[in-house]
Amino acid sequence: MSPAEYDFLRQFLKTRSGLVLSNEKQYLIESRLLPVARKAGLASIAALVSKLRDPRETLLADAVVEAMTTNESFFFRDKVPFDHFNQLMLPQMLERRSARRQLRIWCAAASTGQEPYSIAMCLKEMGPKLAGWRVEIIGTDISNEVLDRAKAGVYTQFEVQRGLPIQNLLKYFTQTGDQWTISAELRSMVQWRKFNLLDSFASLGQFDIVFCRNVLIYFDQPTKADILNRIGKAMAPDGYMVLGAAETVVGLSDAFKPVADRRGLYAPTAGMATGSATAAAPRFAAGSAF
Amino acid sequence: MKNCLVVDDSSVIRKVARRILEDLSFTITEAEDGQQALDCCQQQMPDAILLDWNMPVMDGLEFLSQLRKLDGGDAPKVVFCTTENDVSHIAKAIRAGANEYIMKPFDREIVEAKFQEVGLI
Repeated sequence: MSPAEYDFLRQFLKTRSGLVLSNEKQYLIESRLLPVARKAGLASIAALVSKLRDPRETLLADAVVEAMTTNESFFFRDKVPFDHFNQLMLPQMLERRSARRQLRIWCAAASTGQEPYSIAMCLKEMGPKLAGWRVEIIGTDISNEVLDRAKAGVYTQFEVQRGLPIQNLLKYFTQTGDQWTISAELRSMVQWRKFNLLDSFASLGQFDIVFCRNVLIYFDQPTKADILNRIGKAMAPDGYMVLGAAETVVGLSDAFKPVADRRGLYAPTAGMATGSATAAAPRFAAGSAF
Repeated sequence: MKNCLVVDDSSVIRKVARRILEDLSFTITEAEDGQQALDCCQQQMPDAILLDWNMPVMDGLEFLSQLRKLDGGDAPKVVFCTTENDVSHIAKAIRAGANEYIMKPFDREIVEAKFQEVGLI
């Protein structure tokens, strides 16, 4: 691939998805985009690039963005955020929202669904405490392909053994050969939507808890700052945001402050007021009843 | 250092498991079947047991139910590691007192995740 083609693809990906590639990622582009090119009947990256220069090639553009997205995910990934969720966020929200009995949770990079389903399992484990509550879990991702997998809720034997306690496997999955399908009840607790974090969050409504893990690492500093500031505006002032283990708001955004002794957990700086999430955006009207 | 008893009739599996668990800072004792494992436990209870199901002399399930009857036999964390990959086997193992369950084939990440799950690391 020529330097000009590489520059075009870097700029294209930055504009389309915020993905920032350093100078030496040609191998990554080739390994991920050659299959996309072949599938589209194109012989080379060069041919792919000249097609992409045509703004009408939206399907091909989507396929390129999807192929360059990293989608590694595990159930209860890193464990700690889910301890925060069970020990701090959920008990607090049960108190703070006891009048409205509504809770809205956003997984901003839901990938193949393990994170939203892990949250759904935490909620189920709360049992009768959530009876009569309407809890919405909204899983968004830029890639249709991973969202289809998330919706189907079918995982390999390897996937269900990384982070998922065996009791939860027995409780929430059914087996078909060496595939494991998550229960219809858990699937019904999550709403899926294709969404680009570069777009306006206005249509999503307001959230009490946001999981935005291991996605900011792919963006440059101004994009990270912009996304964090906009998440701050999309949240209840007494809500919480969770970042990935290698991510922080420090030096990027004043919209959040770290929560003491809770690694990866952040609270809006405007926060600790008595506010609560406003009504859900209409398109997400169907929350899960407990 | 915590001790892990690796029980499997395949020397290859024992070797693979040993390598992974030694990296996780366990000392390793090996046993080829349930009876040998039981003898080991009667001498000294390990902190963890990685346990195959199908073995000659005494299988993993039989070993587990005998172990849990021993004095101090409820202490070790038992992680099954077997090709028996169906729900009924898993449920049976949990009922018999297993703490976690690995379906073969396994890799380093799975062993690490499961040992973390039961609080061994």
